[in-house]
Amino acid sequence: MTTTDSTTTSTGSPATAELRVDRLETVLTPTERPVPAGPWTASLVFAWRAILKIKHVPMQLFDVTMFPIMFTVLFTYLFGGAIAGSPREYIQDLLPGILVMTVAMITPYTGMGLNQDIQKGIFDRFRSMPIWGPAALVGALLGDALRYSLAAMITVALGIAIGFRPGGGAVGVLLAVGLLLVFSFSLSWIWTAVGLRMQTPESVMQVSMMILFPLTFASNVFVDPATMPGWVQAFVDVNPITHLTTAARSLAHGIPDTGAIAAVLVASVVLVAVFAPVTMRLYRSER
Amino acid sequence: MNPHLAVETIGLAKSFGATRAVAGVDLEVRSGTVFGLLGPNGAGKTTIVRMLATLLRPDSGTAWVLGHDLVQDAPLVRRRVSLTGQFASVDEELTGRENLVMIARLHGMPPRPARSRADELLEAFGLADAATRLVKTYSGGMRRRLDIAATIVVTPDLVFLDEPTTGLDPRSRNQVWDIVRALVAGGTTVMLTTQYLEEADRLADRIAIIDRGHKIAEGTAGELKASVGAGALHVRLRQAAQRPEAERLLAAALATEIHLEGDPTALSATVDEGDEERVAHALAELARAGVAVADFALGKPSLDEVFLALTGHPAEPADAQTDTAPPAGGPHDEEAA
Ligand SMILES: Nc1ncnc2c1ncn2[C@@H]1O[C@H](COP(=O)(O)OP(=O)(O)OP(=O)(O)O)[C@@H](O)[C@H]1O
Ligand SMILES: [Mg+2]
Repeated sequence: MTTTDSTTTSTGSPATAELRVDRLETVLTPTERPVPAGPWTASLVFAWRAILKIKHVPMQLFDVTMFPIMFTVLFTYLFGGAIAGSPREYIQDLLPGILVMTVAMITPYTGMGLNQDIQKGIFDRFRSMPIWGPAALVGALLGDALRYSLAAMITVALGIAIGFRPGGGAVGVLLAVGLLLVFSFSLSWIWTAVGLRMQTPESVMQVSMMILFPLTFASNVFVDPATMPGWVQAFVDVNPITHLTTAARSLAHGIPDTGAIAAVLVASVVLVAVFAPVTMRLYRSER
Repeated sequence: MNPHLAVETIGLAKSFGATRAVAGVDLEVRSGTVFGLLGPNGAGKTTIVRMLATLLRPDSGTAWVLGHDLVQDAPLVRRRVSLTGQFASVDEELTGRENLVMIARLHGMPPRPARSRADELLEAFGLADAATRLVKTYSGGMRRRLDIAATIVVTPDLVFLDEPTTGLDPRSRNQVWDIVRALVAGGTTVMLTTQYLEEADRLADRIAIIDRGHKIAEGTAGELKASVGAGALHVRLRQAAQRPEAERLLAAALATEIHLEGDPTALSATVDEGDEERVAHALAELARAGVAVADFALGKPSLDEVFLALTGHPAEPADAQTDTAPPAGGPHDEEAA
């Protein structure tokens, strides 16, 4: 649609790269100042921005798609026989865990994107505009929710293809993914804070991986914690990833574990309550 | 607070750790004028502009922007001012059109008016052909124009332009100058920073010279140049033997003392700003008397000379940072300190 616009305006004039001094006056005439976008509209505009970027560079979805495929296939066939007797039995428990792990692993991209915006200077423009401060962050998080959903969809589809049979049916899986999205959204606030604090996108990635690796592996994603030494178990028991995995499994298989679900929701609220204000302070504070 | 002033600061100051980036600056910018902040690298220009655009909080001093207290009424200030930062603040991963639509939407325009505003601006800024290309692929001049277009999506009352032409070729520079003139014609007040006396000279009604966080001089371009005295006329003759006669003729025509240079064919004289006609006349006198001129040059006072005259030290960067195109690391490198 836009292509036709630009071709019609340029017909016959080789000099469209010229400044149109005659037009400048018109476009610079002050007009009625609109009322700045409210928090929700502004957030949606930023979400639209995130989606446009995916549209322009679809390759940035590469890791979102490759991570889950690699994890699902590798872990199912590598460990399935040893841990659960057969890959088919193992995947029933593993898949919700892989779902949790892949989505958790891509949450730091929010922080990296934010850090890039700051380094490039575009954040200065947003910050000097009369809009609700958190909108840029909330919008980016909304856009990222799309990436998470995509990763979840791929994981589930692949899982079903290689033998995952969720007892809870489509509804159970959707509930599990929904809970996962809620938690990921909350977890992302850690990375936005990190993204505002660090000097480069690379250091954001490093910091987040240092946190995420122990969190995802020292959990019940891959194996039953009963086989682990006591001190590891103690950590696994309080690890929110463990609760999330338990909750996701229970929902997917149609036997909701209300304790685990409640624990995940509480963890989500705590994460937002702590890190959203930290992020906002860093955002408003001078850079 | 004076209602005719778009910007008024008293003792504005900001430090970064031990660096006194801005060390107590008083400024008065009249509404509807162009005000230039002129200074070398590291002088504190960006810091001043970022404070006035509410991106940095001053350590001390008071400032009113468009009648609002800069610190207490920051949200009100934000609604009426707009900043084009030193480093392009557009989204490289979107198209030019998408950038402008995004900004228009954030300003609260509904989708359809936002799109037509974007198209109108792209057209006027000579970017219609590149509208649907990613900004990544734009040249420096195009990026600058888009950046300025984004700044005026909703016409602000006060625009800050931080080194709008640094790194641009002469043609792009002229385009930016045209934009600034059009802005002012529309009633917007413009505060711009630059390292070039010529640019300040062409655009600004008043100029403040900033050095190491201090305002060391202020006035119109003419006043500042007059404070330096002037430029210099350098003449080189074909034959050294004709120098005494050339000296006599020039002294008479220019009514000033003539310096004899080390080179036996060279002479020079200080010339006041606005004396170009007199210089032309003096050179014509030489020709009429048969004194062959090999070469001549009329040096205009440069920022360096203005600096030297005002501070006694050359306009060297206050730190090691460079000023050219934005480095890959972006505008915030120095913050690592
Ligand atoms: N965020 C920051 N952290 C630490 N030091 C800073 C910061 N911003 C600026 N400075 C320092 O403050 C001084 C003034 O910098 P500023 O960027 O305002 O100068 P400038 O006049 O805009 O220079 P340039 O022409 O290079 O853009 C410099 O010494 C600079 O290194
Ligand atoms: Mg600067």
